[in-house]
Amino acid sequence: MNLKRREFIKVGGITVAGSIILPTMLHSCKGSPVSDSAGSYLDHFEVTPEQLQKVISTALEKGADYADLFFEHTLNNTSALEDGKVNSAYSNISFGVGIRVLNGDQTGYAYSENVTLEDMLKAAKTAANIANSSSVAKPLNITEYHAPNYYPVVNSWESTSVQNKIPFLQRMNDNVFAGDKRVTKVNAFLVDTTSYILFYNSEGQLAWDFRPMATLFATCVMEENGRIENAYVTRSFRTGSEFLTNELVDELSGDVVKKTSLLFSATKPKAGEMEVVMGAGESGILLHEAMGHAFEADFNRKKTSIFSDKMGQKIAESFVNIVDDGTIPGNRGTINFDDEGNPTEKTVLVKDGTLNSYLHDRISANYYKVRSTGNGRRQDFRNIPIPRMRCTYMENGPHKKEEIIASVKNGIYVNSFSNGQVNIGPGDFTFFVKFGYLIENGKFTQPIKDINIIGNGPQALADIVMVADDKELSNVGSTCGKDGQGAPVTFGMPTVKVKKLTVGGINA
Amino acid sequence: MNINEKYTLADMVMNHALKNGAEQVSVSINDSRSSNIEVRDQKIDKLTESIRNSLTIKLFVDKKYSAHSTNRMKEKELFHFVEEGIAATRFLAEDEFRSLPDPELYYKGGSADLNVMDPKLDSLEAKTKIDLANQVMNEAFQKDSRIISVSSYYSDNISNRVLVTSNGFKGDSNSSNISLYADVSVNGGKGRPSDYWYENAIFFDKLKRTDIGKKALERALQKIGPKKIKSGKYPVVIENRTVSSILNPLYSALFGSSIYKKQSFLIGKENKPVASQKLTVIDDPFIPSGFGSQLFDSEGLAAVKRPIIEEGILRNYYIDNYYGRKLKMKPTSGDTSNVIFTTGERDLAGMIQEIKKGILITGFNGGNCNGSTGDFSYGIEGFFIENGKIVHPVNEMNISGNMNHFWLNLVETGNDVLENDSIKTPSMMFDNIDFSGI
Repeated sequence: MNLKRREFIKVGGITVAGSIILPTMLHSCKGSPVSDSAGSYLDHFEVTPEQLQKVISTALEKGADYADLFFEHTLNNTSALEDGKVNSAYSNISFGVGIRVLNGDQTGYAYSENVTLEDMLKAAKTAANIANSSSVAKPLNITEYHAPNYYPVVNSWESTSVQNKIPFLQRMNDNVFAGDKRVTKVNAFLVDTTSYILFYNSEGQLAWDFRPMATLFATCVMEENGRIENAYVTRSFRTGSEFLTNELVDELSGDVVKKTSLLFSATKPKAGEMEVVMGAGESGILLHEAMGHAFEADFNRKKTSIFSDKMGQKIAESFVNIVDDGTIPGNRGTINFDDEGNPTEKTVLVKDGTLNSYLHDRISANYYKVRSTGNGRRQDFRNIPIPRMRCTYMENGPHKKEEIIASVKNGIYVNSFSNGQVNIGPGDFTFFVKFGYLIENGKFTQPIKDINIIGNGPQALADIVMVADDKELSNVGSTCGKDGQGAPVTFGMPTVKVKKLTVGGINA
Repeated sequence: MNINEKYTLADMVMNHALKNGAEQVSVSINDSRSSNIEVRDQKIDKLTESIRNSLTIKLFVDKKYSAHSTNRMKEKELFHFVEEGIAATRFLAEDEFRSLPDPELYYKGGSADLNVMDPKLDSLEAKTKIDLANQVMNEAFQKDSRIISVSSYYSDNISNRVLVTSNGFKGDSNSSNISLYADVSVNGGKGRPSDYWYENAIFFDKLKRTDIGKKALERALQKIGPKKIKSGKYPVVIENRTVSSILNPLYSALFGSSIYKKQSFLIGKENKPVASQKLTVIDDPFIPSGFGSQLFDSEGLAAVKRPIIEEGILRNYYIDNYYGRKLKMKPTSGDTSNVIFTTGERDLAGMIQEIKKGILITGFNGGNCNGSTGDFSYGIEGFFIENGKIVHPVNEMNISGNMNHFWLNLVETGNDVLENDSIKTPSMMFDNIDFSGI
C-alpha cells in the first residue's frame, strides 16, 4: 500500500521500466508524423469527434456534472552504458484513454488500453457509476483549445536513431575515466520520452499536446586505499534530441568527477540543531518539501495540511516570495496545459511573506470558488489528475551570498541532495544531503556528506532569515511521488539562511 | 486473453523474433485487473476500475541485448515492434555476458500449487467492496472531537503472467491481493498528526475487516503533542511494520547488480558476520499461500529456499543470471520471495519495558543510505521511552550511522512478525544508536 500521506521526491531516479531506441518512426498507430492540429491527433488515436461526444454522453448518463477523456500514447527509450560500452537498451510503449467522471468532488475513473468505441463506452459506463441522479447534463459543442507551446522540438526523439545517441554516452564514459585515475566504474543512461496527448471534456474543450522529455544520468565510482565512494549527476529538459551536445556531456562529466573526489575528504557532522545555509539552485528541494506539498489544495480542502487555515496570513519574512511556474521554456516541470485542460501559469504562492494561493486542480478550484491554477496533473492515462507542483522556486532577496556565509558562526552549507519527503499534517519534512561544508566563524571548513536534515514546514519558512540575490533553477531530473503517481518537477532558489534545522550526525 | 491465448501469442511473437535474426528470445505477457474505492467522511470520494496488459520481449541478437515492452497487443503491430527492436539492437555494442539462463536452472514443473490466488475475487459485487470501505471508515468517523478527516480504502488486484523462452522455459502464475486501509487526521493544536492501519489478504474470506479505522484513529491521537529530545546515543525499538525501511539498505547491498556496480557495502562479505547473532533471515518461496510465494522467478529460475543471513553470518546474495555471469557467481535469484526472520521471546511492549531511556520508532521520514559505504541518516517519528514506559511522542529527529555497525547492534528480535506481507519483519531492538534532536 502506498497511500500514506507522505510525499517524496527522488532526484535522478531511473525508473525500472525500460525503453529503446527505435531507429525509425514507430508506426503503431497511424503512419504519418503528427502535425500540430486537432485533426492529426484525432487521426493518431483513430477516433472521431462524434465518438468523443458519444463517450462523454455515456459518461454523464447517470447524472454527473462533468466528464473528460485523456488519450495518451507514450514512447520511452533508455540507452545504457556499462563497462565502457553502450550495450543495452530498453523501450516501452504505453497507449490508452482515461475516462473521468466528476460528481461534485466525487470521482469515478476507468481506463481502456484500446480505443474502439465499444471499449471506450464500456469504461465510460463504469466511471459513470459515481453519480446517481436523474438530471443529465448535455455535452457542449466542440471548441478547439490552442495552447501556447513552451517546448518546441527541433529534432524529435522518434527521428533520432540510437546510433546518434551512443557517441554522447561514450564521451561521458571516456571523460569521467580521463578525469581522475581513481575512477573504477562509470554507468551512464539516456532516457528519452515522447508523449502524444489528446484531451476532450464535457464542456466541449478539445486540446492536444506533444510532450518531449530527455534525461541524461551518469554515476561515477572511485576507489582509493580500499575506500569506495560514488556520486551521480543528472540533467533533464522537455526537449528533442538537440538536448545532446558535447558541451552538456563535458559539463556533467566534469561535475561528477569533482563530486566523487570531494567525498574522500568528507565526514559526518556532529548531530543537532544548527544554522543551515542552503546554496543556490538544488536547495529548492526545501521549498518543494517544506511548503510546496502543504500548499497543494487537495490537502487543504480536506483540512489535513498544516497550512489549511493560513491563507492570507503572514507566514514568512517580507522578502520571501515563492512561486510555482509551469511556463518556463523547455523546463522539466513545464506543461503547455495541465492534464485536465486548464492553462498553465506562474502561480504566486507566497507574496512578500504572505500566503497568497494554493495549487489547484479542477475539484479544489470549484471547492474554493477560484480559477484553477493549472496544477491538475497525472502520471499517465491510468491515473486521475491531482494537484501537483511544476517548477517551484523562490525569487531573489536583498542579501548577498558572502554576507550570508559570513553571518554563520556554527552551521553547515548544503547544495547537493538526493531525495526528500514530507509528512503533510504535522508538517515535518526532510531532505538528504549528499555533500556540503561545515561553516565555522563565517568560513567553510570540513566537507560533510550523507546526512538527513529534518525540520517543520511553517517553522522553517518563518526561520528563513536571509535571502540572497543569486537565484538559480536546478535542472536535475527530479520525480515527485504522491498517491502512487510520479510527476516530473523542478525547483530553484537563491542562497538562503535558515535559522535552525535538525542535522543528522553522530557523537552529539 | 485466457491462458492458452497468452501462450499462443507469446510463442508467435517469439518465433517471429527468431525468424528475424534473434538468437535467443524471452517473452512474457502480464495482465492485471484491479478496483479501488476511497471513502472520505461517509461519502465515496473515488471509484477506479482498471484492466492492464503488457508484453515484454528480451532480444539477444549478434551477442547484443535489448528489451522492450508494449501494451499494444495486436499481432501485426507486435511483429513490427519486434522487427524495430531487432534492428535497434544491432546498433549496440556486444556484451559477452548476455544470454538466457542455463536451462538446467529453470523450473521444470510438477510442484504443488502454492495457492496464492482467490478465484472468488473476480465475481465480487461493487456493493460488497463499498460496504467494506464504509465499515472501516465508520470505526473512526466522529468517534473523537479532534478528528479532522477519515479516509478509508478498499482495493483488490488479480494478476497473471506467462513466460516463455527460446531455450525451453514455459510457465505461468497467478496471484491475488485484497486490502483495507484507513487514514485518520486529527487536530493536535500546533500540528495535524495522521496515522494509518491496514489489513491485507490473498483470499477474500481471510481478510480481517475490523479494528482498522479504530487503530488508525488511536495511533493518530497518540501522536498529539510531540517534543524533540536531546541529541545522543539511545537504545531503540523499531516497530515491526517499520523495520522494512531500515532493512532496505541492507537488502539492496545483497543484489548482484549493486555488488557489480560497487554500490554495495557487502562486497566480499560472504560467510562473514554482517549483523549480530540475533539476525537470521531466510528466503522461502514455498510457504503455502505466502504473499511472496513463487515456484519460479521472473527469469524462469526454479525457486529455492535459501538462508540469507544465519546468526549474523552472510550466506547468500541475490544473484540474477546476467550479474551472475559477470561476477562469475552461480545465480540464486534476482528476486526476493518470502523473507522470514527468526523471532525472539517478547513482543513490542515487552521490549519497551526493558528500556530505561530510549526511543520507539513507529515511522521513518525521508533519509537515505550511501550504498557503497553503508552510511545512512533517516528522519524518524515515534515515542520517547523512560523506565519502560512511553512518555511522549517525538518529532523532528534523525538517526544516523553506518549499516555495517548498525546491524551488529541488534540485541533482540520480537515474536510479533508482520503476518500480512512478504517481508515478515518482527519488531527489533538495537543498542547505542546516534540520534539528533535538540
